Amino acid sequence: MMSHILNVLLSGVFHASILFLVAAGLQVVFGVQKIFNLACGSFYALGAYVGVSFVQAFLRAGLPPELFVLALVAGGLCAAVVGPVVERGLLRFVYDRDETFQLLLTFAVVLMLEDAIRMVWGTSPLSTGGLYLLYGQVRILGVTVPVYNLIVIGAGLLIALLIGYMLTRTKFGRIIRAAADNREMAEALGVDMPWMYVRVFTLGTVLGTVGGALVIPATATMTEMGIELIVEAFAVVVIGGLGSMRGAFVGALVVGILRSIAISTYPELEMLLIYLIVIAVLVLKPRGLFGEVGV
Amino acid sequence: MRAAGLAVVAAVILSVPFVAGDFHTTLMLPFFAYSVILLGFNLLFGYTGLLSFGHSLFIGIGAYAAAFLTSKFGVMHLEASLLAAAAAAGLVAAPIGALCVRYVKIYFAMLTLAFGMLFYSFLLKFYFVTGGDEGMRVLQPFLLAFDLSAMPKIRFLTGPYYYYSVAVLAVATFVMWRIVSSPFGLCLRSIRDNPNKAEFLGVSVKRYRWYAFMISAVYAAVGGALLGPTTGQVDPNLAYWTHSGNIVFMTLLGGFANFFGPLVGALVFIFLQDTVMSVVPYWRFVFGAILAFLVIFAPGGLMGLLDAQVARWGEKARHVGAPT
Repeated sequence: MMSHILNVLLSGVFHASILFLVAAGLQVVFGVQKIFNLACGSFYALGAYVGVSFVQAFLRAGLPPELFVLALVAGGLCAAVVGPVVERGLLRFVYDRDETFQLLLTFAVVLMLEDAIRMVWGTSPLSTGGLYLLYGQVRILGVTVPVYNLIVIGAGLLIALLIGYMLTRTKFGRIIRAAADNREMAEALGVDMPWMYVRVFTLGTVLGTVGGALVIPATATMTEMGIELIVEAFAVVVIGGLGSMRGAFVGALVVGILRSIAISTYPELEMLLIYLIVIAVLVLKPRGLFGEVGV
Repeated sequence: MRAAGLAVVAAVILSVPFVAGDFHTTLMLPFFAYSVILLGFNLLFGYTGLLSFGHSLFIGIGAYAAAFLTSKFGVMHLEASLLAAAAAAGLVAAPIGALCVRYVKIYFAMLTLAFGMLFYSFLLKFYFVTGGDEGMRVLQPFLLAFDLSAMPKIRFLTGPYYYYSVAVLAVATFVMWRIVSSPFGLCLRSIRDNPNKAEFLGVSVKRYRWYAFMISAVYAAVGGALLGPTTGQVDPNLAYWTHSGNIVFMTLLGGFANFFGPLVGALVFIFLQDTVMSVVPYWRFVFGAILAFLVIFAPGGLMGLLDAQVARWGEKARHVGAPT
């Protein structure tokens, strides 16, 4: 019984780490640019595909398979080039528009990236093969866990801490918070907003693409993975509160663990349960658990 | 002028089965269904200023209502399907709408998206009721109590069903036209432009938004019920969030500021999708690029461009009862 609970918890936390990364990307962009970026899920998918390609190239080059994680992360980072391209090429034209149009523009990016992925990688699922269990498995209180899962959970925690440190202790973080709070005032005080937007959007993209790259050894790529994940990330940020990093962290844990519990007890309820909670949160506490943005 | 324009459009639509081939005639069927859906959607978006990103919920309800009636209960009358779709959507929209209209802008969009995905996961997971990802069959319905099951499917679709859909669309258009031209429609526009002022002037903002939400849901369900018989099949993707996105896309493509704009958008969307898919399989890429272009350079859509062109020709731009 104990081991069953732990098993469910661990797989939930694994999923939560990935969700946190994508949701954190969504939050930082929403916080500063006030754009709800539907394309976050597509960045995640792109990171996964580039990650697989990097790992395959890495292995073909005869480099030690034990270091495949480095290739994955490098793939995730490289995939993030798409961020500044989207920001400079599209989003910068609509900052002063109605948010409806901003939302639609990110939907346009979703459509384009989905087919761009199909053009480059085709439609059949890709995976990194047996690398998932390369680091072996460990037994914790009678539960067998792949070490790779623990690495991802650790990476998620580390990134959460780094983001927290950056937002509260560095100059860049202080400017981000100032810009999120009052854009005009920040600009009046000499913040170069266009440059700020590029950096913030790139940060949001990196979080998504690295999340996608990290998840891939445990599963396989699918062309729909982006549009599926964005609705989960959406649930995370609604539960946690739009624009809040703490909210993304707590929301990811709630969604990840609940999903895992539902899958192991009553699979029909998997997503249903999460959307019921989303609706309950929106109705009872529209700002979410940690939200600061007004309704 | 306006009457002449409508007469020309009506004549063209009625003559399509005689001049165009079966293929293009059947492509018109989803156009009629989506037109009904979009008329309702734009009451909410263009006239009331609320962006629903979960409209696929009501399309799904309508389509599945038709599927349940024909293939589970053996009720073959299309009129029954349409009524059941409208009733089901109204029943579901009443409580959901009452909750959603408490919010505006991005929160309204998010709440409707969440309800849409809730219904999608229900359709997908409760396969013993809904058939799961395989969906359900929609049998060839009776029209006006005539049993046409002896008729080959393609004859049925390009003949009786075509004109039946046209009739439904005509009624839906007429009713919606009356709604937007009525004092009620004016109130909705005042709510869109300035909710505080509207409230101050005695318009019950939430109540009117709620009414608009329910009317819009009923339209979506009726359109959804019309979608099924064409393919003979409904599946959960009808309720998926990207389908809601496509609805918004069609509206923007035609122009939300014009009464007929969304209908133009639906027509262009369906035929362009067919054309692009016959050349390359990547229609999403092309459509994404078009959407990005529209959002950035032509937020008024095709009718917006047309209106601007007409104005440039020195004529008075004739908005067809348009909210501007």
